[in-house]
Amino acid sequence: MTSFRTLAIENPTQLLFGVSPRPVTTRSGMRIGGGLVYPELNFTLPTMLVTEQTMPEVLRHYTEIVTEATRRAAELEAPGLLLEFEALPPMTENPDWGMDVVHVLLDGIEKGESKYGLKAALRVTPNDTREMIRPPRMRSGALYENMLALFERSAAAGADLLSIESVGGKEVHDEALVSGDLELAIFGLCVMGVRDMRFLWTEITGIARRHGVHPAGDTACGFANTAMVMAEQRLIPRVFAAVIRAVSAVRSLVAYECGAVGPGKDCGYENVFLKAITGCPMAMEGKTASCAHLSPVGNVSAAMADTWSNESVQNVKLLGGMAPICSLETLIYDCRLMNEAIADGPEAARTLRDWMVRSDARFDPQALILTPASAVRVARAIVVAPNPYRAGIAAAREAIAILSDAAAQGACKISDREAVWFDRMTDTLDDLPSDEDAFIERTMAQVDRSTFVAEDYLLAERANA
Amino acid sequence: MTELDNLTEAIVRGDRKEAVRLTQERIDAGDEPKNILAALVKGMDIVGDKFQRQEAWVPEMLIASRAMSQSLALLEPLLVAAGIKPEFTAVVGTVEGDLHDIGKNLVAMMWRGANFHVIDLGTNVPSDKFVEAAREHNADVVGLSALLTTTMPAMKATIEKFREANLPNTKVVIGGAPITMEFAREIGADGFAPDAASAVGLVRELVGKA
Ligand code: B1M
Repeated sequence: MTSFRTLAIENPTQLLFGVSPRPVTTRSGMRIGGGLVYPELNFTLPTMLVTEQTMPEVLRHYTEIVTEATRRAAELEAPGLLLEFEALPPMTENPDWGMDVVHVLLDGIEKGESKYGLKAALRVTPNDTREMIRPPRMRSGALYENMLALFERSAAAGADLLSIESVGGKEVHDEALVSGDLELAIFGLCVMGVRDMRFLWTEITGIARRHGVHPAGDTACGFANTAMVMAEQRLIPRVFAAVIRAVSAVRSLVAYECGAVGPGKDCGYENVFLKAITGCPMAMEGKTASCAHLSPVGNVSAAMADTWSNESVQNVKLLGGMAPICSLETLIYDCRLMNEAIADGPEAARTLRDWMVRSDARFDPQALILTPASAVRVARAIVVAPNPYRAGIAAAREAIAILSDAAAQGACKISDREAVWFDRMTDTLDDLPSDEDAFIERTMAQVDRSTFVAEDYLLAERANA
Repeated sequence: MTELDNLTEAIVRGDRKEAVRLTQERIDAGDEPKNILAALVKGMDIVGDKFQRQEAWVPEMLIASRAMSQSLALLEPLLVAAGIKPEFTAVVGTVEGDLHDIGKNLVAMMWRGANFHVIDLGTNVPSDKFVEAAREHNADVVGLSALLTTTMPAMKATIEKFREANLPNTKVVIGGAPITMEFAREIGADGFAPDAASAVGLVRELVGKA
């Protein structure tokens, strides 16, 4: 396991879209993070069941998407196209079905390459189906085996990148979000989450190594994006969601400690911190993912993107054409603009980046926490901490400092109703023990243990204590 | 301010200890259980209104709702003895194949806060289980949540099961990010709520009318 003790990118001015210190090259020759931002298209099914009977119809959708996407990407002369197959749960539970889709997509990519000379690559993202039973079994059982089988078989078939939206620790984190409990959130992300990530990503990187493909990265979607969507619905304070985002980086970082190389998964907005720490390229999404969910970080999230994604859109007809193709077109134009700025030199690229940053950062604390300057501060706090638990506390403290300073200076819109949460969160952090063991002891005594299997998190002894 | 007003206030503040203390005090003083209950429900209504006006966050709602539940636990035996039942009985769950549960949890929380008796079946719930639970608990309302386009058909299947099961007094309401009123109509649901807060009014309107 690699332990990141220093930053790969120390200076915020060096945190830029399209460029990362450790580019990733796909089989078709796309050099992600090597000076170009590539469009990453994600897509899903319209309202329909996925069953054995509907699989022919399912495959028709994916065939149509890949055929049209490669054609449109070639027409618009995209320098490359990354497709993400984010599986739907029945496709992971039945890896044969998942593989049928993988083959359709790889076949489409190959045809696109031979027909148009288009460089293209496939990211496969099996579902974390381990939680189909509750409490989830994280390290054994048929669900777990099938999930790994889809990874293994996709890698063997030629998928370039492997990713997942893993959920270890979510069992308690959901409760932390609805009750605004930062202590429990740190337990979910930095104790349970980190332990599960170490286990899972050791498996995934092993599979990737066996087949010579890239273990790309994970996301704290079920944690920090749940918080963001809840904040967007005004259910929880945005400052709380912003702090959760910073803490979530500690969990997602573990994939890279285990050998992931990027590009990190698109919906992990915490990728900005991870890019500073690891130097790996990152997928990001923002305004062009509004088809999947709304967000307050539409532009700022592009500032450090190496691939630019739409997150997900159903294959339904819009006036312009099928929705994934409309999404792709927007992504390609977004990328063209960023790539033109890169071609004009670092100063030009930074000007565009700074516009993207400034146009969002003053409106929402969740945007402010993603700026290059914030990213480096939070990232540094994480790497100097002695362990993931203390890194979680350090990330939270740094995020609170950034946000409260900005609020005091009027640099970011934060209402009084939200600002009271700075003290509330700081009080929580002040009350935490500095020793991880003491923290685990204390939290295990309070947490609802019926929601998770302690032994799957190597917490069984604490559960019996 | 009467003592019952103080109880209402304690719920609004989410002051669990004080709410429980005042509830016990009113029980000991021989107040009518239904009046104590009304004071608790009034507290939750005030928090619910604040929430709808965006003056309260979910964590505050939750604290108030926990204060309410603990106070209610003291009152329960007296309510049962007096034959006073919760306003409605509701079964709620996320449909088969779907694991998204925060939205559903919020609906359950709002319903509990409004003094509905709520049976939460969790996530990934097969349609038969909804029907069984509705029958077993004599539910006034069943709430289905779905977040995936590929699990929306499970809502339709569940509603069909309810029609087959012939439970005319059970209304089925649905919600979740991809759900629309149009979809609800199309699959024959009795109602749709765009968010958790409006799910309370929806049930009061639907079942209250029945
Ligand atoms: C009974 O009456 C009612 C009345 C009102 C009701 C109601 C019932 N139920 C809800 N409401 C309403 O009231 C609530 C409060 O006001 C509202 O509830 P919501 O649930 O809408 O709002 C919550 C308070 C906050 N919202 C959320 O928590 C959902 C946010 C998004 C980003 C989301 C999250 C966070 C998650 N996800 Co998921 N997820 C997305 C979501 C994007 C979106 N647009 O919604 C969506 C729904 N997910 C999606 C996907 C693809 C997936 N997810 C998955 C997993 C997850 C996480 C576990 C990581 C996490 C869930 C966390 C949790 N505890 O539930 C997987 C599926 C797992 C499964 N079997 O269900 C997975 C397949 C991803 C994967 N790679 O594995 C997409 C759906 C695509 C599709 N085909 O439909 C998606 C739109 C995001 C995207 N990619 O664009 C209202 O809708």
